[in-house]
Amino acid sequence: MSTPGYDVARVRADFPILATTVRGKRLAFLDTAASAQRPQAVIDAVVAYERTSHANVHRGVYELSQKATDAFEGARERVRKFLNAASTREIVFTRGTTESINLVAQSWGRRLGPGDEILITWMEHHANIVPWQMLCERSGATLRVAPIDLRGELDVAAFESLLSPRTKLAAFTQISNSLGTVLPVQRLIAAAKRVGVLTLIDGAQAVAHQRIDVRALDCDFYVFSSHKLYGPTGLGVLYAREAVLADMPPWQGGGDMIRTVAFTGSTWAELPYRFEAGTPHIAGAVGLARAIDYLESLGIEAVHAHEQRLLARATHALRAVPGLRIVGEAAHKAGVISFVLDDVHPHDLGTILDAEGVAVRTGHHCAMPVMDFFDVPATARASFGCYSDDADIDQLVAALGHAREVFG
Amino acid sequence: MDLKDLYRDVILDHNKRPRNFGKLEPCDSSADGNNPLCGDRLTITLRFDGERIDDIRFEGKGCAISTASASLMTEAVKGLDRKAVENLHAQVHHTLTDHGGALPPAELGKLAALAGVREYPARVKCASLCWHTLEAALAHFGTQGAAATTASVSTE
Repeated sequence: MSTPGYDVARVRADFPILATTVRGKRLAFLDTAASAQRPQAVIDAVVAYERTSHANVHRGVYELSQKATDAFEGARERVRKFLNAASTREIVFTRGTTESINLVAQSWGRRLGPGDEILITWMEHHANIVPWQMLCERSGATLRVAPIDLRGELDVAAFESLLSPRTKLAAFTQISNSLGTVLPVQRLIAAAKRVGVLTLIDGAQAVAHQRIDVRALDCDFYVFSSHKLYGPTGLGVLYAREAVLADMPPWQGGGDMIRTVAFTGSTWAELPYRFEAGTPHIAGAVGLARAIDYLESLGIEAVHAHEQRLLARATHALRAVPGLRIVGEAAHKAGVISFVLDDVHPHDLGTILDAEGVAVRTGHHCAMPVMDFFDVPATARASFGCYSDDADIDQLVAALGHAREVFG
Repeated sequence: MDLKDLYRDVILDHNKRPRNFGKLEPCDSSADGNNPLCGDRLTITLRFDGERIDDIRFEGKGCAISTASASLMTEAVKGLDRKAVENLHAQVHHTLTDHGGALPPAELGKLAALAGVREYPARVKCASLCWHTLEAALAHFGTQGAAATTASVSTE
């Protein structure tokens, strides 16, 4: 079977790594939620930049430096358009989602004090928990956590009731990395707005799988990583509404983020450079821009439809595996399935699946509170991307049968 | 690399029917071990006869490698003193990490079944957690109030 109008074989041909084998077995790469693979177009764009256009940005007057600056700033404009942000002044390049959140916690968070509250949900990635815990520790603010239920749904009513005049920020994921749950972010943002609370959306799991429009969402911060969007590692994005960003102090000092430096004091550069100290990951930005082009050439809606079909097919197939329990059965899910197999620890499962060429993530998925909630030490997680296909799912199901044989 | 080298019959057997599973109450020393990366946890309780381990139990949750390794360890260390445990631990560690392909020394006995782990670097920590926990319990023994408190060790 295939997804109507979606030529997955052609998409797969764009990703050279999918042609490699694992111990002589076909690679069934089912760990896109951890990091997506790169299409040849992205690899070529990065190599071409390194070969023909590299110099430091925002520095020299020579042609090469101008070329690099154009490539880097062109990438910023590409990201702006992708997110439908109002201005490139709202697009800050960081090292990744984690650094984007830490930037907000360190800089915007400086205004918090005792009595203030930050609201998150139970299904956040550690990257959207720990920076807030650290902020609360040093500011005396309080972290509130909205509960989830046994299907892996957010308790929206509880979330809304936790919003109060004390709440200064609501930070939540758009898609749970451990459960696959798609959160009703539009509703949550609207609820926060009604009481004047700023919102930060962790889009790490969402950007590659659905269209994002930060102005339609009306969020204040949106964060994601390049490598989950078929781009290079080591690069991420912080979108921040200009009025909010303009009011934030710098967090890292250094070159590129200043206007003037004197021993009597320094002044800060314009947005967004004020938040980009040091030489940035220029090649990464070039790669990300190309990755966005690539994804849009496939059509995000087409990729979404394809992944939803795979999700339905895989869910059906996994439910038929004796002793298998899916963890997280929300009504709206992305292409992420966490599961446990009776009597086989997820780590043993990961090793056995690996021997069959199947790459899945096993562990706590940087979401220990979720594991505790479902009373499992860890889960195995299969996740899909634009290149995933039915053969990957069949290979996973066959390998699960093999695990059953080994553990009798 | 054959999976049967990792999941040998001895390993599968000790995973399914772990020996010395449970808790010694009262005990002379105890330690909790956990690997936060994979969620493996175990508790070791010890009773001593002089300097030697008289009895040992473990309980906890972990993968097959971690459970079998702990079970095999409890069988191997009864009657040993601290120095002998350290020697055995060093040999086990060598066997788990040696890529020279040398056969495990004969004195390892059934513990040699863990040799397959060396081909799976990501799994070495599963097999060694129990040993680190035992070392922590041994170090804890003899400290003030050891019987009433529990040492803890964390590996990643």
